[in-house]
Amino acid sequence: MTVLAGVATERSTARPETLIELQQLAVEYGAVRAVDGVDLTIGAGEIVGLAGESGCGKSTIANAVMQILRPPARIAGGRVLFRNEELTGRSREELRRFRWRNVSMVFQSAMNALNPVTRVGDQFVDMMRAHERISKRDALARAGELLDVVGIDPRRIRAYPHELSGGMRQRVIVAMALALEPELLIMDEPTTALDVVVQREILQQVRDLQRELGFAVLFITHDLSLLLEFAHRIAIMYAGEIVEEAPSHVLHERPEHPYTVGLMQSFPALTGPLERMTGIPGAPPDLASPPAGCRFHPRCPHCAPGNAGLYERQTTVRPVLREVDPGHRVACHLVEDRHR
Amino acid sequence: MTASIVAPLEVRELTKYFPAGGAVIGRRSRVHAVEDVTFALRPGTITALVGESGSGKSTVARLLARLYEPTSGRVLFEGHDVASDRRRRAVLRYRSQVQMIFQDPFSSLNPAKTIRHHLARPMRIHGIVERKAVDARVHELLELVGLNPPEKIAARYPHELSGGQRQRVAIARALAVDPMVIVADEPTSMLDVSIRVGILNLMLDLKERKHLAFLYVTHDLASARYVADEVLVMYAGQIVEQGPTEQVLQAPLHPYTQLLLSAVPDPAGGEREPIEVRKGLAAAAVDPPAGCRFARRCPLRIDVCTQVTPELVRARGEQSARCHVTAPASTTPA
Repeated sequence: MTVLAGVATERSTARPETLIELQQLAVEYGAVRAVDGVDLTIGAGEIVGLAGESGCGKSTIANAVMQILRPPARIAGGRVLFRNEELTGRSREELRRFRWRNVSMVFQSAMNALNPVTRVGDQFVDMMRAHERISKRDALARAGELLDVVGIDPRRIRAYPHELSGGMRQRVIVAMALALEPELLIMDEPTTALDVVVQREILQQVRDLQRELGFAVLFITHDLSLLLEFAHRIAIMYAGEIVEEAPSHVLHERPEHPYTVGLMQSFPALTGPLERMTGIPGAPPDLASPPAGCRFHPRCPHCAPGNAGLYERQTTVRPVLREVDPGHRVACHLVEDRHR
Repeated sequence: MTASIVAPLEVRELTKYFPAGGAVIGRRSRVHAVEDVTFALRPGTITALVGESGSGKSTVARLLARLYEPTSGRVLFEGHDVASDRRRRAVLRYRSQVQMIFQDPFSSLNPAKTIRHHLARPMRIHGIVERKAVDARVHELLELVGLNPPEKIAARYPHELSGGQRQRVAIARALAVDPMVIVADEPTSMLDVSIRVGILNLMLDLKERKHLAFLYVTHDLASARYVADEVLVMYAGQIVEQGPTEQVLQAPLHPYTQLLLSAVPDPAGGEREPIEVRKGLAAAAVDPPAGCRFARRCPLRIDVCTQVTPELVRARGEQSARCHVTAPASTTPA
């Protein structure tokens, strides 16, 4: 499929060691349950994509893994495990050491998170020295190397953030996130604010580094077409739940959940035949009062009163994720019937 | 693209400079936001204006909305220079016939007014329909943009509608005065992906049914391919390539168009080469030196590229490009 596909097949055979495991994770913002019963694992060295529309809960999952949920958000159920050890309930000091060193994160607006009155190099130094014993001189040298790796002139360690373009600042953040060689890099819409050429450059660099250093990536975006190229495995979220999960090439060739199929139908192709697309009718639900049964049923093209038995289940029973093929899980009554 | 169809809106050599910060004594820097832009919008045609942030595409849209005065060049409405006729009637007519749709459907509607108010107001201002026919016309418009049932929607307030529905209201409002031209500046980029196609399909329907001339401003090449008959590619304030959409996107002439296309994720596109990462800045539209603005990033650069500014040249059928290498000036200017 792409240059990335080679990596995807390589990985799909041997199951890597589990780095992060979410078990029935539920997160609430007051009365709204933004994430509801999510199971997801991320293996060492794996690029996992999480796709969905705004408000589906994908960023909340990132924040839960990073343990940076702030009130009113709270973990209402389930567990977040890092190397089989519970993350919730750890002390501030333990979490401080965990972040950056074990798991680091790049946000969409991260380029605005740099301190405007501190030189880029000094920001690396501060971060590194907060986590390990390293001289200022060595830290600066390391910062220069890291900038070079993400395609920025190492002399730019002396620059202030405003002297860099948005794409360059986002690269600085990526370099900083990788400075302590974490095992997992979370990227939450890391390139959404950037132009498409810059986006591609940054993702190419991250992928090259990932191959070289072997860290895992949790990549969160609304752009499914981007994930199909970048990730080894993709989970699709809708209204707080994972509705489908599969290796990228499987999801691309054989999407099963009607929402995934609809999402695929929402991106016009740049090459090949041009067909009239349908998109998905309606809009995502309000999570303060999600629809009963399958949360997608009000928008689902396969949900109609005609088939009474199925319709009854679609509108009253919540479908659970079931494996339809090895590594391919779908939460849909229709798909369940088809594979029975 | 036959000459017999009259273009209601045309721009010729449109140019807009803005003063830039960091002025040296005795000499002010200028951003060449839009330079030498020429195109025509035809009825029943969607023209896509594509480019990255800072390319000048939104400035073109604002010049058409007459939110800015051009530094030089002309905007022609039905063949007349809009700058030359400043009488109220002419200005009103332009403002009703050339309608804008903006990116953000959350801030372009008044939260304290119903949907009916938003649609009825332009009809009243421009005297489109009689007072007692307004409601019927409001409902007709809402149905046209796929908002059903219209009676219910008309009574609602913006916050009661989803983003996609609000953008449909914005489109209905633009249509309320029966315009000839619609300029849509990134109308889908703030909407959820599953909603975007619906808005693009609506543009296609309206083009057919109302015979509208659309300018669709976007950074998304795939959506441009989906809706547009013609495409204009902007880079650093200039149009670097233009022509029939399929021709430009399947066989791009300008190296910048090629770079853009290679950067767009396209799972259906098969095996792809990694793009070459070049260090340094992108476009320099502040006091640009002579030569091609893309030269610093260009893999095809030859000596002349940094010395002479290339012209937009018709190089292959209806397809034009601004490139010394792929569209040399020996051919006729576009």
